Amino acid sequence: MPTPPPSVDDVLSGLRGRCGEFDTSTFRGQTRVVLPEPVAFEGLAWLKDQGFDLLVDVTCVDYLDYPGATHRYGLVYLLASTATNQRLTVRVFVDDPDPTVTSVVPLWAGANWLEREVWDLFGIRSVGHPDPRRLVMPEEFTAHPLRKDYPLQGRGERHNFPVITRDHS
Amino acid sequence: MSIATATVDTTGPETGARSEDYLWTLNFGPQHPATHTTLRLVLKLDGERVVDAMPEMGYLHSGFEKIGEHLTFNQYVTVTDRMNYISPMANNVAWHHAVETLLGIELTPRCTYIRTIIAELARISDHLLCNGAVGLDTGAFTFFLYGFYQREVIYDIFETLCGARFTNSYTRVGGLSQDFTPLVIEKIRTFLKTFPKTLDDMERLLTRNRIFVDRTKGVGVLSKAEAIAGSATGPVARASGVTRDLRKDEPYLAYADLDFNVCCATTGDCYARYLVRMQEMRESLKLVTQALENLPAGDINVGIDQRIARPTKEQVYSTIEGTISHFELSMANRGFEVPHEESYAAIEAPNGELGFYVVGDGNETAYRARCRPPSVLHFALFPQLIRGHTLSDVVAVLGSLNIIAAELDR
Amino acid sequence: MAVMPSGAGGRIELPENVVVSRLDALANWCRKNSLWPMPFATACCGIELMATGASKHDLARFGAEVFRFSPRQCDLMIVAGRVVMKMLPVLQRIWQQMHEPKWCISMGACASTGGVFDTYAVVQGIDRFIPVDMYVPGCPPRPEQLIQAIIDLQDKIQREGTITGREFDTAGRQLRKRALVEVGGPGVIDASRNPVLQRELAAAAEGIPVRS
Repeated sequence: MPTPPPSVDDVLSGLRGRCGEFDTSTFRGQTRVVLPEPVAFEGLAWLKDQGFDLLVDVTCVDYLDYPGATHRYGLVYLLASTATNQRLTVRVFVDDPDPTVTSVVPLWAGANWLEREVWDLFGIRSVGHPDPRRLVMPEEFTAHPLRKDYPLQGRGERHNFPVITRDHS
Repeated sequence: MSIATATVDTTGPETGARSEDYLWTLNFGPQHPATHTTLRLVLKLDGERVVDAMPEMGYLHSGFEKIGEHLTFNQYVTVTDRMNYISPMANNVAWHHAVETLLGIELTPRCTYIRTIIAELARISDHLLCNGAVGLDTGAFTFFLYGFYQREVIYDIFETLCGARFTNSYTRVGGLSQDFTPLVIEKIRTFLKTFPKTLDDMERLLTRNRIFVDRTKGVGVLSKAEAIAGSATGPVARASGVTRDLRKDEPYLAYADLDFNVCCATTGDCYARYLVRMQEMRESLKLVTQALENLPAGDINVGIDQRIARPTKEQVYSTIEGTISHFELSMANRGFEVPHEESYAAIEAPNGELGFYVVGDGNETAYRARCRPPSVLHFALFPQLIRGHTLSDVVAVLGSLNIIAAELDR
Repeated sequence: MAVMPSGAGGRIELPENVVVSRLDALANWCRKNSLWPMPFATACCGIELMATGASKHDLARFGAEVFRFSPRQCDLMIVAGRVVMKMLPVLQRIWQQMHEPKWCISMGACASTGGVFDTYAVVQGIDRFIPVDMYVPGCPPRPEQLIQAIIDLQDKIQREGTITGREFDTAGRQLRKRALVEVGGPGVIDASRNPVLQRELAAAAEGIPVRS
């Protein structure tokens, strides 16, 4: 008879012991934790030791014109446990002018490209990332397109190419 | 002769030449038949042996997530079709599963069963193409044609169902665009009868084929620990011994009612991934058979009183609730209520956990529609799978990871 | 026995098994029935392109089944799927690597106009940047539509083609698609990191009209 896995409440109270007080909420059965940026890495490392061994996703939301938002960017770390199938969402809020978080690549190798994507599309630097390049946009691109102040059609970058006619080719 | 196999002595005494001097760089892609559309690899080779690989992506980045912030929940389903174009039905189901989680909608039993059936048919068509492509890349063209013929049969089923071969846009918030007709059910039944024979033929062609086994066995080995650390999901993780399958672990739709096995292997090489996919097709057949035989009667959409799904013509013309509901849903700014909340929901798509993180701000349009793409995480694993193997193994490993460029780059 | 008028108004007798035609027509007939497609498949349309070549639809019936992935061997580029900012230089390079005479089919809504992807990254129609001979509508087009496009292209080659390639000399009558955004606008592109743009700017500084 295996021991029952620790409940989410146990995990959260343990996390409070490590990281101090933080907000939690539950929506549709999903538990969300808001960790302050300075202790986020420590908290995530502790959660990994508690069995949340699978990093499902790292992404970001730009709350520029979101009603009632207090911060500009909210990073989302979706964790899951392969043994107990529990899930936990960890939120970390950062703000302009220099939005940075601590890279979690030392904890989960899979975060490598996800954090590069967050840098590429939102412009949030991951401190300590082994390969901090853009992921999907060309290197000469200067904007971060998923920010809310960037227009859907872009600023004309997609037209900036030489035209090849029948005479040239 | 000796030039090609010259080994690099990285630890030996100083000879004036650095070890990198022996290496040569090969640019592979983004326009190469074996890269399955637009992947790019920069390979560092020592003769024929791959010392390192640097995957590069973004050659099909089209701003899917940005579009998701400008289209309503029902409109965006057309864009998700074009995300994983090998199995669009699974994307449709994943997107609306996430939206319905955010809105808190309980689907009708008939809808959950129909969605289960189409998601499993999508899984079969995905695995047919993926394994077919692995066969094609390792020289088995007949196998690919067998697989593609059966894909045409599935296309035909989907075309009868909703009019499109594979960009289906079949689901709607709270339901489906069309119900199953008797013709569709008959076509699926015929497929269920004929497909096992083709599957047997395909297995006879390749599973014990000496050339194929030699080219895939022991190639691209992913250990269980690496799979979890690299966030691998789906057949790639299951071939390495991770037993995670959302259909079992977090049963959604009708999977809790149906009997099926999770297919796993432990070796984690290309051959194991091939076997897992072959076996999953058989399990999918079982699932489709059970779901079709137990297909509940009733409506496919949630009730009109919820003001979520569009009412039928008959309801609009003969009931006042239907008229009101139709009016409310059609008018601008009068769509359904969306909470100021955010939620994540995922399904077990053919190539891994496909989830959407949807942020609602009260509008019918998502504030943010993040897609959790399995392909990105699998492609990131590629360098560690290929190190030490030869150049010809690149295509086998790449094919067995089932990376779909549009889902990779979005 | 075939007869044909001569310049002097008389008649010339031709021996058996001799057919008289224009050299252009003969070359066109050869060219149109041996199209070798270069599948530039990027997205969903590529799957329909595969379906066109696979068992059920069988492009071989129309003399265009020899898919070659090396641009040096091909004369028909089929652009299937959307082309994005990072991909366009690759597309242009492959187009320039193909030998004359060459044709281009823009398959699907995305390649022709950008389709539903009116976003920052997607090129709104490849015809702004490379010449296109035939457009196939649809998202994605059915295999039958692609086959129709190939048949139409064959008609076009037979009708307009010349052995010297005069029909490609379009300098005088080709219209510009749309005004392009200026290079180096405010905060748009860091031209110093893009070698293509650097070449363009250098050429523009010397007064060479690269993009007229």
